[in-house]
Amino acid sequence: MRKKHDWLRETYQKSLEKMPERPVAHRTLSDIAPDPLYTPEDIGVLDPEYEEKRGYPGEYPYTRGVYGSMYRSKLWTMRMFAGFGTAEQTNERFKKLLKAGQTGLSVAFDLPTLMGYDSDHPLSKGEVGKCGVAVSSLADMEILFEGINLEEVTTSMTINSPANAIWAMYLAVAKKRGHDWKKLGGTIQNDILKEFIAQKEFIFPPEPSVKLVIDTFEWGPKNVPKWNFISVSGYHIREAGSTAVQELAWTLADGFEYVEAALKRGLDVDEFAPRISFFFDVHNDFFEEIAKFRAARRIWAKEMRHRYGAKNPQSWMLRTHAQTAGVSLTAQQPLNNIARVAIQALAAVLGGTNSLHTDAYDEALALPTEESATIALRTQQIIAYESGVTHTIDPLAGSYYVEWLTDEMERQAMAIIEEIRRMGGVVRAIEEGYFLRELAEASYRYQQEVERKERIIVGVNAFTDEIPLKVPIQLVDPEVERVQAERLARVRRERDPKRVEEALAGLRRAAVEGQNTMPHFVECALAYCTLGEMMDVLREVYGTYQEPAYV
Amino acid sequence: MDRRIRVLIAKPGLDGHDRGAKVVARALRDAGMEVIYTGLRQTPEMIVSAAIQEDVDAIGLSILSGAHMHYFREVKRLLEEQGASDILLFGGGIIPDEDVPRLKELGVAAVFGPGTSTQDIVDFLKRAVPERWRAQGLA
Repeated sequence: MRKKHDWLRETYQKSLEKMPERPVAHRTLSDIAPDPLYTPEDIGVLDPEYEEKRGYPGEYPYTRGVYGSMYRSKLWTMRMFAGFGTAEQTNERFKKLLKAGQTGLSVAFDLPTLMGYDSDHPLSKGEVGKCGVAVSSLADMEILFEGINLEEVTTSMTINSPANAIWAMYLAVAKKRGHDWKKLGGTIQNDILKEFIAQKEFIFPPEPSVKLVIDTFEWGPKNVPKWNFISVSGYHIREAGSTAVQELAWTLADGFEYVEAALKRGLDVDEFAPRISFFFDVHNDFFEEIAKFRAARRIWAKEMRHRYGAKNPQSWMLRTHAQTAGVSLTAQQPLNNIARVAIQALAAVLGGTNSLHTDAYDEALALPTEESATIALRTQQIIAYESGVTHTIDPLAGSYYVEWLTDEMERQAMAIIEEIRRMGGVVRAIEEGYFLRELAEASYRYQQEVERKERIIVGVNAFTDEIPLKVPIQLVDPEVERVQAERLARVRRERDPKRVEEALAGLRRAAVEGQNTMPHFVECALAYCTLGEMMDVLREVYGTYQEPAYV
Repeated sequence: MDRRIRVLIAKPGLDGHDRGAKVVARALRDAGMEVIYTGLRQTPEMIVSAAIQEDVDAIGLSILSGAHMHYFREVKRLLEEQGASDILLFGGGIIPDEDVPRLKELGVAAVFGPGTSTQDIVDFLKRAVPERWRAQGLA
């Protein structure tokens, strides 16, 4: 077996050359100085499967973390999901979060934007600015990032069906401000498969939807090389009621489906795979969540290397964002959610996440207030700076339970992935209603367990209060709809109609002819075409998707 | 009383989070009711017309998006407009306590927040629907 000493001299040192250790005391409160890593050598045991199954951080199969020095050098990115009301209001919240020490931005869009409708569309009524910020054109995007240097922050955007259009708007803002696209970092969620499985914000049928995603795989590495053009997301699958094993399996199966679609288009796996990122949920079952992250990295590395023939180690690395489980939060005794979020966030960190959002305690009631959002961010900072869990990498490795559970989750997830492959892949499984059935079963089973009190939820089915505790909640200004409608009217009045028409015609042509749509989305964004106009063009070409109403 | 309670469970608006709606639909069915689930992204017009066509006793709306005041008001208005205000309207989702009295004023019979036991919803319907039948002289 390779010696720890060799890893320290090679991988760890190399990692430090890129990113030195953080200038904080990597010592316990008793002044003991832990090594960056512990292995079977340190306690004098034999682990014949060590290298194959666990290996070293920053090395295949990445079970112990994707980077050589992990949090000793660089903490995870603290990236709080935020967005409500108008672009002005959200811009103000962004600036406050950055001032509070957040290190990346993450944009929540409202439902009309997620569904590709302008704020003044009849179907948008009542929904504008409600669960996120309304972005209907470049004019909104410009305000959203006013006063924020796009080369200094990385921005994640939770957008799926209209991902190409929204990304194009962000890039258009950067272009107009003279930024170099090659310096821009960030992520668009852009994971349409999980929309059909769980979250249901789809517009077009699965096939053209996947085609749009693969357009970004093809165009992204050449034009915006540091951008993650997909965040394959288990979060919504879990929130819709799956188990942790199903979340793990389905998310990775989605990832493999995109890889296969990209290979089918003739793309080079080592060109696009390094820019694929992931997103997982972190629920209450502490060790199961830690094991999930470790198993996810191992499965991805193995499959990318051996099944898909990737040669670049960057293609084997599963980098992930994580979010504490919104669905686990209770409306009863809401302050208890601070404790839940802390436990979940700690699991994500011990699981080796690269980026984290912590939910605010009031999210079972409404959107977070400024205070509740700050407490959620502070929770991450307490884990990062006070708990000492960052002294050594993957500190739970070698725990009999954690290693066994990691293996078990890998085994069960691979069985599900193989089952989906036998069905003919994720798109086929969607068409056959497989995910809808499985989700309905799993979520109903969980609900019954709670109602029978086989699972205790503090404050809900045990330890309840007679008098409910009131917490202040965030209300969205009903003026938003009017402000948005006026801005849209102004945009439509002031833009160059000829340029708009030509840009939309170019997009239509690309869609009809099966060409890459991304250059046309950028042109549309620069011409101030609205989101609704762009999506309408594609609705005409591709049609829309109706899900069968299955209970 | 062997008449079965008929309930329409609906997801109005653009939101796709249907876990709660589906869990409730299934629990009501397991409790012996006839349940019609509309599927996603229903307009108030579609919901009311389905309720009348299916001759349901109650409509349950599931809303998490914050647009609850708009949708409950519209559904109630359309029910009245079409002479179907005897259909019991209830709902659930992420709805702030502050809004519950306003919804009740609109005529929403019950609002079930997160953490509600499905048994509470079953009990509510088994009590409220037969009361309506008696009031209408149907039972």
